[in-house]
Amino acid sequence: MLLVTELKKSYRDPSGKNLPVLDIPRLEIGSGEQMVLLGKSGGGKTTLLHIIAGITRADSGQVMLDNIDLFKLSEAGRDRVRASKIGYVFQTFNLLPAFSALENVRLGMTFARGRHDIARATELLVRVGLGDRLHHKPHALSVGQQQRVAVARALANRPSLLLADEPTANVDTRNQQLIIDLIREVCRDEKVSLLLVTHAPEIARQFDRVEDLEKLNRVLFESTASI
Amino acid sequence: MHLLFIAWRNLQHRWFASLLTMLSMTLGVTLVVLVLSVSGLIEESFERNSNIGYNLLVGPKGSPLQLTMNSVFYLSRPVGTLPYNYLLEYLPGDGRQKAYKSIGGKLEDPDRGGKYSMFVNNGFAIPICLGDYVGRFRIVGTTSEFFTSLRHGRKSDQEYRFAKGRNFQEYNEKNGYFETVVGSIVANELDLKLGSKIFPTHGPEGETHSNGFLVVGILEPTGTPTDRATFVNIEGFYLLEGHVAPERDEETGIELPPSADEPEFKPADKTKLPIEKREVSAILVKTQGFAGVGLMQQINKSKSAQAVSPVSEIYVVKDTFFSPIRLALLALTIMVCVVSAISILVSIYNSMNERTHDIAVMRALGASRDRVLLVILCESMLISLGGGVMGWVIGHTIGVSASPMVEHRAGIRIGFFSINSFYEPWIIPGLILIGVLAGLLPAIMAYRTDVSKSLQS
Repeated sequence: MLLVTELKKSYRDPSGKNLPVLDIPRLEIGSGEQMVLLGKSGGGKTTLLHIIAGITRADSGQVMLDNIDLFKLSEAGRDRVRASKIGYVFQTFNLLPAFSALENVRLGMTFARGRHDIARATELLVRVGLGDRLHHKPHALSVGQQQRVAVARALANRPSLLLADEPTANVDTRNQQLIIDLIREVCRDEKVSLLLVTHAPEIARQFDRVEDLEKLNRVLFESTASI
Repeated sequence: MHLLFIAWRNLQHRWFASLLTMLSMTLGVTLVVLVLSVSGLIEESFERNSNIGYNLLVGPKGSPLQLTMNSVFYLSRPVGTLPYNYLLEYLPGDGRQKAYKSIGGKLEDPDRGGKYSMFVNNGFAIPICLGDYVGRFRIVGTTSEFFTSLRHGRKSDQEYRFAKGRNFQEYNEKNGYFETVVGSIVANELDLKLGSKIFPTHGPEGETHSNGFLVVGILEPTGTPTDRATFVNIEGFYLLEGHVAPERDEETGIELPPSADEPEFKPADKTKLPIEKREVSAILVKTQGFAGVGLMQQINKSKSAQAVSPVSEIYVVKDTFFSPIRLALLALTIMVCVVSAISILVSIYNSMNERTHDIAVMRALGASRDRVLLVILCESMLISLGGGVMGWVIGHTIGVSASPMVEHRAGIRIGFFSINSFYEPWIIPGLILIGVLAGLLPAIMAYRTDVSKSLQS
């Protein structure tokens, strides 16, 4: 389903020097599989998700999603794949403040061609427990409710892969478990593969498959080893 | 969800800034509509005035423009006068004889036809005498043929119609020579009714004549200068004090002092002022086909008179005075629209800094760069069109509100959807273009948004 091979990414620091961030020899997720990538802040977790989502370009390597080589696509092609095959749950929810909960979910559908299913958007919001908050704007929702809308939005286009970037980092303790349970349950029901990145071991422990970014990413592994 | 809806929601979210920006466009378009309406009205007025039902205006030598201004628009001072026997040169033999017998006086060779009569075959030559006023309005001494032969309207096909009463008669037992027909504005402003009497003054601030004219007809509004004039029977006009043509030296043309044994003409008499004591200010001539060109050349070769094409003169006035003013006003209002467009640009541009993150989110959800660019352009067009439509409605509402006043003064009715100008249908495409141009820079900013950086910021 998702296969990442020999992925390298570096940034230039202010002095112009190359600063390697990612060097991942191989990462594979099967269809419907749920996996956690555990890593500290600044370890390149978000960069990796951005590369998999086609938001950021890697320096080299390959990302195959449903047998599509993302790096061989044009930017517009990557946009289309992102819209139709990838759901993204952000750490800060990133709901658009001008739109209601239902509209935020529909917005995700707008950019995937031909998908304007209001019933599906409503059903998802009911599924995440927000059936009575369909027309509320984000500012009228609690933090936990906002993240639930974000989950519904990410699943609106029936993606193959859900990328969740620290989805509980800004949620209170009571809601953290609810969100994780919700994401896992919905992904299971919808048969969506899940790649969740977190720095919290207590969340990672709940998953069958956990990858440690420090071991997976040769950049971090070498720097840790040299210490 | 349509991109326009996304744009609309974004505008709603920043409703106050959007509304203010929209209002600046509203103001601009209101001004454009008003300027176009006013210039359209003036154009319509010129159009109506240039279709006056005759093709030549004959008057004494002098400024052709002045002759047109005072004979067509009843403005400015008359250029001078022509002797009445000159008018008779436009009549065929029998007409000339008939006039001579009816009026009396001295006329050389009364049996011959007028030397310009062949040009006027099937047309007419109507005299007008100017110089007197009632209130601020001009009095025009003329014949009843003025209302039976002349036409008005865009195609010069509308007859003069009387809202009340009838045309004046040359003579009747009850009123003698002293009947008048008044234009609609004159009747309204001076509160004249059938049976009212007007007493002309000799010149705008001159003495009031002792003889009054009885109002026998009130014209319907025509939207022409006729609405602002009072038409009196020329025979009565000649019988007013001071309207006897002075005797002139035959060689030099200089006025001679009145001789003591000259008989005085009493209005009460049925006697008409003899031909040699009559003058006319101008003659309205209608010729058939291209005869007008030949007649004009002949008249202009002579020393005594000039012939002008009033339509050409009206267009000279239009092109000299009105067109540049209209152009300047249009340029000014377009500048207002450009300023409004800049305010749209500034408003959206300023909002871009705080919206970079939202745009990045849209991109992360799969929106292509093109779609993000289109959303911003849609926002800009919505502001431009929304403001523009409000401006169009307000502009036309003002026009409709002013319609009774305009109709009263110019005889032109303004409807809400009456498009008075060639330019008006271009307002909507113009607004879309302004919207696109104003939104282009912010849209390009949105297009270039660095998604990864903006999401992490």
